[in-house]
Amino acid sequence: MAKITFITSDNETHIVEGDSGSVMELAVNNGIQGIDGDCGGVCSCATCHVHVSPEDISKTGEASEIEKDMLELDDNADAYSRLGCQLAISDALDGIVLRVAK
Amino acid sequence: MKKSKLQDPFEQARINKGYGEMNDQDDPVVMLLCHKDVRKSAHNYKTFISGATPGRIVVPSEVNIRDTRQVPFELDPPEHGKFRALVEPWFKRPLQSEYQEQLKEQIYTAINTVLSTGTVEVVNEFSLPIQSHALTLLLNIPFSEAETWISWGTHVFRSEETALDGDKAAILYDYIDEQIEHAIQHPGEDLYSVLLASEVDGRKLTKEEVKGVMVLTFAGGRDTVINAVTNSIAYFAEHPESLERLRNEPEIIGNAVEELMRYFSPLTQMGRVVTEDTQVCEHAIKADSRISLCWASANRDASVFERPNEIVLDRKINPHVSFGFSHHNCLGATHARQIMKTLIAALAEKVDSIEIVDYKENVEDLDEFQRKVGYEKIHVKFNSLTK
Repeated sequence: MAKITFITSDNETHIVEGDSGSVMELAVNNGIQGIDGDCGGVCSCATCHVHVSPEDISKTGEASEIEKDMLELDDNADAYSRLGCQLAISDALDGIVLRVAK
Repeated sequence: MKKSKLQDPFEQARINKGYGEMNDQDDPVVMLLCHKDVRKSAHNYKTFISGATPGRIVVPSEVNIRDTRQVPFELDPPEHGKFRALVEPWFKRPLQSEYQEQLKEQIYTAINTVLSTGTVEVVNEFSLPIQSHALTLLLNIPFSEAETWISWGTHVFRSEETALDGDKAAILYDYIDEQIEHAIQHPGEDLYSVLLASEVDGRKLTKEEVKGVMVLTFAGGRDTVINAVTNSIAYFAEHPESLERLRNEPEIIGNAVEELMRYFSPLTQMGRVVTEDTQVCEHAIKADSRISLCWASANRDASVFERPNEIVLDRKINPHVSFGFSHHNCLGATHARQIMKTLIAALAEKVDSIEIVDYKENVEDLDEFQRKVGYEKIHVKFNSLTK
């Protein structure tokens, strides 16, 4: 079980728990504002963009090349950007804080 | 196994030079073919604009048959963003369960009908009715209105003789004018009325802007949805094993929809007008000329997609551009995806097999390239799972 904190663009904090699927699915299922997951998680739409807290980057790891290519063309992207659909939920993600980009 | 196949006519040009050239009504187009160039140029709205003369960014150009600016489609940021934000919540309604239930009922009815009929011509007797009936949900108007749209036939701007038909286009524009006048007299909860009551920059939308959104909604979601649905039927006819897999693994339906959309690329390309002398793929492009973002080619780019010419139903990473990319990505995508998901789930549940009887391909003439985008006609026989 991983406890994940989402901070939405209106500065609301939501703490939700999950044990399978992706961060995008967890957010959509919990109605986190700004995470749409339009393409269902195949890295095609970038509507699940989050900024990982700098101290949590070691837990999430880096974006893959295809994910980076997608984020490169997102004006809000930075070194801490990830797509939620590419973050598989596991115990390793327990306690991370994600800021929703949109 | 090749009736349902959609070849990639762009491969050699994409590998050798990265672009193609098309003369469209004496307003030539440089077609960008590589995934990376297509996405970068779609994102660069300053050099490659959408807010040109209405109709010019469409390929083939519609400048001779249309004066109304499609909104938000033919606007650039920041104007574009205001209109997009205004209409976006409405176009996300397909995520609501009530909408999904109604769509499901429509599509199950359509499938039950073809299962109890002999041979069916899919384009006119299946895809067009599904598309038209679903549009009544998107517009939030009575189901019966679809009969009018079905009577227009498959193409709003095209007839069998010509790629662009001004008389046919006028039918749509006159119809929308009438509907707007009707909504002014009798406001309701339909899209026309909602738009007429909306404000941008503290002022009401003009009639022309309302018309612009409606023309976009009608035109953008017609041939594209019809081709996606028809191509899906042809594919499942030749791949009953895929239908069976989706029956056993409904959890991959979402992936399958994205993959079918990648493979079919129902909209081949979309243009932009160039604002300054620039170059793409080491090819010089002059200010006030046109480029196009060739979604269909980008979706077969082997540097991005493994086995690009195969349908891999559960493809995990699939950064396709079938719904465009960046600022102008498809406003109707949520609706289209919901149609496709519902259709596939229903086919898997109800249909055992589909036999193709005969067909005539719909091939776009792009000068340098000939691209099959779907079918003019395709007769099939649907066989029920529970006989």
